[in-house]
Amino acid sequence: MNPEHDYGTFESDQRIVAHSRYFAGLMGSYFFVRLRDEQKIVGARCEKCNKVFWPPRSTCGRCFSVLSLENLTEIGPLGTLETFTIVKYREPVHPRKAPFVYGIIKLDGADTSMVHFVDGVDFQKLAPGMRLRPVFANKRNGNILDIDHFEPLDSY
Amino acid sequence: MRKNVAIIGGGQTHHAARRHDVNQVELVNEAVRAALADAQMTIDEIDSVLFGNMEFFEGCHMTDCWLVDGSGAYGKPGLKITTGGTVGATIVGAGVHHVASGLFNKALCVGFEKQEEGDTGAILSGVAHPLFGRSLAGAAVGYFAMMATSYMAAWGAKEEHSAMVAVKARQNARKNEYAHLKLDISIQDALNSRMLSYPIRMLDMCPASNGACAMILADEKTARDRCAKPVWIRAMDTAHNEQFELDWRDVTTKKPIFSRVSASRLYRKLGVDDPSKYFDVFEIYEPATWAEMVWYEDLALCRPGDGFKLVENNMTAIDGPIPVNPSGGVLSTNCIGASAMLRIWEAALQIRGDAGGHQVVSKDIRRALATAYGGTNWTVLTALSGTMDD
Ligand SMILES: [Zn+2]
Repeated sequence: MNPEHDYGTFESDQRIVAHSRYFAGLMGSYFFVRLRDEQKIVGARCEKCNKVFWPPRSTCGRCFSVLSLENLTEIGPLGTLETFTIVKYREPVHPRKAPFVYGIIKLDGADTSMVHFVDGVDFQKLAPGMRLRPVFANKRNGNILDIDHFEPLDSY
Repeated sequence: MRKNVAIIGGGQTHHAARRHDVNQVELVNEAVRAALADAQMTIDEIDSVLFGNMEFFEGCHMTDCWLVDGSGAYGKPGLKITTGGTVGATIVGAGVHHVASGLFNKALCVGFEKQEEGDTGAILSGVAHPLFGRSLAGAAVGYFAMMATSYMAAWGAKEEHSAMVAVKARQNARKNEYAHLKLDISIQDALNSRMLSYPIRMLDMCPASNGACAMILADEKTARDRCAKPVWIRAMDTAHNEQFELDWRDVTTKKPIFSRVSASRLYRKLGVDDPSKYFDVFEIYEPATWAEMVWYEDLALCRPGDGFKLVENNMTAIDGPIPVNPSGGVLSTNCIGASAMLRIWEAALQIRGDAGGHQVVSKDIRRALATAYGGTNWTVLTALSGTMDD
């Protein structure tokens, strides 16, 4: 080794590709099949807490009650925009090309909200409280994107 | 606390967007050696090493194993901790419990992130629920942007208030030799910076930093024997919100918000009446400007809806009555696994009077509060004091 020599900083560029397979569980399976086949959205009611949760789940995180298929209840399809952001920058991890709108949408009859895209809206008119309806995808395969996006009720 | 625990030393790296001069082991070692030197201690004297970062942000798992040479954990008992943005504070929590249990007298806590080496954005989308969230998930900016929209709509705050926080952080960072973003910016610069995700602009958001922080915790006897300026851990509290709230915050919500719940539990433990008077300085976890204003309200430094007025009136400036983040905070340096520990370490430095250029000099610093976020609703709070009488 020659201490007089500048060896610089060495780096190595790498890429990892990983595959996964997830199971939706008791309540999740019901949710995705009904969404795909019937375009219905369900949540789970905890009687003890008197709350309807989306996504539906088998344990109430708040009171730890066991919830099962009898606790499933249809919610929405209309909902209210609670808050939003307009994504203006492009990033490889983004699911869409900017600009696009993320909304937090509380479906009628639910106590928790859903993140989804809001399309067909004038950015200047976006405001919490706006009423929205879901637009279902034509080709549905049991994915949260079987709801393609939400759009303002007024333009419908 | 069953047994008293003190911070008897600590250190940090020079944080930056690029640290091509070091690998991960060397980066971690830079902070560990600084902490040992500060505590005037050798690695042989350390009983246990608590180590953490955010899993896979630099493309490698089991960093506690791979970085053992740098952390000094070789052959020693210890744990690896990974809890999102709260990592650094959770490591300290684990260290405090180790020492408070009486099983260990000297615990070394180490947190780091070398963000330039991995794909933080892609790995973050893996934090989203694989079925209900991942096909929609973007980078972290969106979560804070939605909180900001809600904050503006609910309380009438303006983009200017966000810009004031952005400027305060970077002007404070200029006084901190270790900070990453030392920017001499104005409110107009912040308002003119590129819009990322409305209403969050480039300068409203934290950077991706490389850096590490290390701290040595000790029992009361060791602390009194070995340390001229021990800083006492007076209380810690942690709480988690429901996962499917997906990290967003409706600031007006009646729902239990666990940063608030956690703060009230901690205040009850310490008998705090008015936190804005009880604590002399705050080091809070604010990856975005708006998060800082929400923290003011969650910590009850003001009434709900008044957070933006604190910054408008310079109340939280380094020379204001409630100094918040004299270090420049997460907005100026975000090496994720180290960030929450840096809040605690910077708070300790303020109490010791050793913060250097960003030392609060307008008042005597006896007590400090440090906070941490994982997502935006996962909370760790740490209260510190200079003496056990405070
Ligand atoms: Zn319940």
